[in-house]
Amino acid sequence: MKLKAYLLTALVAAIYVLHQDFWNWRKAEPLLFGFLPVGLAYQAGYSILAAVMMAVLVRTVWPKHLEYVEPEIKDPKGDRS
Amino acid sequence: MIPVIVVFIYLVIIGVIGTLAFRRSQANTEDFFLANRAVGSMVFFLSIFATNMTAFAILGSSGQAYRQGIGIYGLMASSSGFVIPLTIFFIGTRLWAIGKRFGHQTQVAFFRDRWECSAIGTVIFALSVAMLVPYMIISIMGGGRVLNDISGGRVAYALGCAIVALVVTANVFFGGMRGTVWVNIFQTLLFLLFGAVAVAVISHGLPDTFGHYIQKIATNPKTRYLVTRERMPERYFWSYTLIPLSSIMFPHMAIMCFAARRVTAFKRTVVLYPLAILAIWLPCIFLGVLGTQLEPGLKNPDGILLHLLTDHAPAWLAGILGAGIISAVMGSDTHQVLAVSTMFTKDVFAHYGGKTKYGERGSVHFARGFILVVTLIAYVIALVTPASIFELAVRFAFSGFAAMAPVMIAALFWKRSTKYGALASTLWVAAWLLLTW
Repeated sequence: MKLKAYLLTALVAAIYVLHQDFWNWRKAEPLLFGFLPVGLAYQAGYSILAAVMMAVLVRTVWPKHLEYVEPEIKDPKGDRS
Repeated sequence: MIPVIVVFIYLVIIGVIGTLAFRRSQANTEDFFLANRAVGSMVFFLSIFATNMTAFAILGSSGQAYRQGIGIYGLMASSSGFVIPLTIFFIGTRLWAIGKRFGHQTQVAFFRDRWECSAIGTVIFALSVAMLVPYMIISIMGGGRVLNDISGGRVAYALGCAIVALVVTANVFFGGMRGTVWVNIFQTLLFLLFGAVAVAVISHGLPDTFGHYIQKIATNPKTRYLVTRERMPERYFWSYTLIPLSSIMFPHMAIMCFAARRVTAFKRTVVLYPLAILAIWLPCIFLGVLGTQLEPGLKNPDGILLHLLTDHAPAWLAGILGAGIISAVMGSDTHQVLAVSTMFTKDVFAHYGGKTKYGERGSVHFARGFILVVTLIAYVIALVTPASIFELAVRFAFSGFAAMAPVMIAALFWKRSTKYGALASTLWVAAWLLLTW
């Protein structure tokens, strides 16, 4: 369980670091599909990677215990503010 | 005039959906503010996404790409696609559970209970409203700009702002959260399609290929910075990964988290969120950069997409795409207006005894009155402010709410956090906002 937590933390941290793509900073080429500058194409791919990462988190560390929460107040329409 | 007619038809449809929601409404605040906590999975995703996509996402992003180039995508979009789903996953789900368990309808109520301190709630309420109004202003500005540009100046900017503010206010005023969420379904679908359709249509209307224009930008030393990040400091780029922390602190985002029927509704949202951001931001950034070649020398580049649509798309399609932009503008504005009125009603009016005096119906009436006042203030400021959409959003809304994120994280995950620490943190944010005005 602990190993899984460490691995997933490392995964999230690694993806966070990958956002800073310094190697593309001054490059426009190659153009993906003939028109998309490499820096923009990389960051678009990064968005897809973020979606994959979230799918992994949902699958592995979803807070299942929250699914069974019940209201503790008698009148849910009442004011607790 | 055809685009304006199409946009007005769209506004009428929004009004009709709001009216239908009003007929289904019940006269209690849980229903008005949270749609009885019964928002289903797909609707939750569409609505929470609409909550976060403002005029900033379409007009501000393309305008800033026109000024600074492709770096804006990494700066705002891909960083948001990484951070926002994470905050929804770790913070939003916990907020939902606490809201369901203890009946909280706003984050202020949660903070008050968490630290058993009334003052912390009142201070956070005041600061949140002060930071949220600029966000409302950019929505109204965006709406005014769309109607003004797409009508070729026939609809004055002030009138355009007024029309959008009026439709949003009426929608929230009558429909509450249910009206807002129903309208969001229609709006999000429309503006998710906007980007791809706009790129396809504009591409079709150009004499040369996209590649030709991008090569031209890349080979000219004066414009090359637009397709690289050579003028964007790396530290500046990194610092913007902290900005999306603001999202979960937006009162309208927290309130949306409370509105979900089940916590499982969050699953689909966190996975689809980065892809939805990609679908909207990538075309807008690309077209913003392309606009430097097709529409050079614009004084206010926030309107670049509208210029491109007007010049390169058939009039009726420009109208539909204009409606797509207005959808993004109004989708978030309705949530912001609703959030401000929810907080006022629950965290100030009811908290300080108003509900006991005027009852449940009276609370809803006061909420509606507050909606009118705040929208009017936002409208007046939208007419006089000289700042750009990007500048307003980043300086006041994003930075301020991002700086408040540690308070939320401490409240949820730090058992030994105290009300004094939370209060000090909140006052520090308020002080820095004033000092950097």
